[in-house]
Amino acid sequence: MIRVVLPYHLRNLANVGQEVVLEVQAPVTIGSVLDALESKYPVLKGTVRDHGRLKRRPFLRFFACGEDISLDPYETALPEVIARGEQPFMVIGAIAGG
Amino acid sequence: MILVSQKMERHRFKLCRYHPDMSKVRVLVGTKKGAFVCTSDGGRKNWNIEGPFFGGWEIYHAKGSPVDPNRIFVSQTSGWFGQIIQRSDDGGKTWATPGSKPEDLVSEVGWPQGESNKFVYDGVAGTHKWYDGTDHPWEFKRVWHLEPSLTDPNVIFAGVEDAAIFKSTDGGTTWHELSGLRQHTTGKDWQPGAGGMCLHTILIDPKNNDRMFVAISAAGAFRTDDGGQTWKPINKGLNSNFMPNPEAEVGHCVHRIAFHPSNPDRLFMQKHWDVMRSDNAGDLWHEVSGALPSDFGFPIDVHAHEPETIYVVPIKSDSEHFPPDGKLRVYRSRTGGDNWEALTKGLPQANCYVNVLREAMSVDTMDECGIYFGTTGGQVYCSPDGGDNWTAINEHFPSVLSVEAQVIE
Repeated sequence: MIRVVLPYHLRNLANVGQEVVLEVQAPVTIGSVLDALESKYPVLKGTVRDHGRLKRRPFLRFFACGEDISLDPYETALPEVIARGEQPFMVIGAIAGG
Repeated sequence: MILVSQKMERHRFKLCRYHPDMSKVRVLVGTKKGAFVCTSDGGRKNWNIEGPFFGGWEIYHAKGSPVDPNRIFVSQTSGWFGQIIQRSDDGGKTWATPGSKPEDLVSEVGWPQGESNKFVYDGVAGTHKWYDGTDHPWEFKRVWHLEPSLTDPNVIFAGVEDAAIFKSTDGGTTWHELSGLRQHTTGKDWQPGAGGMCLHTILIDPKNNDRMFVAISAAGAFRTDDGGQTWKPINKGLNSNFMPNPEAEVGHCVHRIAFHPSNPDRLFMQKHWDVMRSDNAGDLWHEVSGALPSDFGFPIDVHAHEPETIYVVPIKSDSEHFPPDGKLRVYRSRTGGDNWEALTKGLPQANCYVNVLREAMSVDTMDECGIYFGTTGGQVYCSPDGGDNWTAINEHFPSVLSVEAQVIE
């Protein structure tokens, strides 16, 4: 069981709470978590990473255990505490203001 | 089906008159922070405003189907999260991403299933020119314009950035590119304008189902005569001084095109600079700016019942996007251009420094034609009498990106 925290607008779009729970087969990687997220919530396809190239959207970042792992390859294994569901995988939107 | 065909026929030439006591008007407002639905009776003085829908998202365009006005399509977009298409089948009361049902959202475990935001270019995307003249890969960014079919509520076209046209035949659930446009021999040479390389105007010829017009900033205007398979540039007569060859086949920054449905061969254009007119479906253009205080601007529209009456909103210049002299003036020509009159009654005539974007003007088909426009300052104005008198529907929306008027019986 993997826990994923989504930003406000994606929660509203998918009609879910702050955190969603996914079943992900081992090995648990950045890419396999995103695949599972998009598979369970098709409306999120194209919103975290673009269609076709599956490139991360530039104003979104991925965090695991307090570390920014946005630039790591999708096949990067996530820490055990995330794979065990003890800590969440976080999708964070860039802060903007004015 | 009788009702549908009657509506279809009425829209075809926009000639039907609507009595103020029998009709309602709905104005769809897209802003930088959500969508709003404004409704009024035929008098168009008292407005009920609902929204924001999709709060916090940019709503580039919202438009209803002429066949079924309660079917409304919305382009919901974000620099963070990309593109979403939303649809309402009940006049804006409930919304869902096409492919989902509103019921999907009712239960605690329900969620939208739609994947209606998949805009993927046909084949190898290739490159176009970037601002500095280098080759740049074609990248989908957002939907600027949604144009529902005149005859089928499930068919809709989308104009997107980077410039291309997509079509859906299943109510917006899936999309495919009409790639003949982007693959035109000039496509590799198209360059973006300051707002991005967007296809922002789609006009469907009500007399010829195979003919459509599109406009791209900053490639120019194009026409298809075979349902979107092939396209030809229609920019002869345009003169753009910022280009090395001011009369080149493509590269013109066309801001908007409009026609009256009864005469779709007569096109009106607001270009980056210059107001233009063509009497032969874009084969040749000539300038009709006349004595406008500035011929720079974004929107242009045509009166619903007077095919030669057109409206523009002059903006000071391409460097200063606000009205000349701080006066917000709509200009009307009753002669298809050249002769213009300022319409000011009810509009601010001092210290006004807003802009009116290309998608932010619309007309209704009431007996006395209503004209609407929205500003980057958040005002949406309505004139229920063809432009003579204006009142604000609301003065404090977020910055307005699009305005579309509908008449509901």
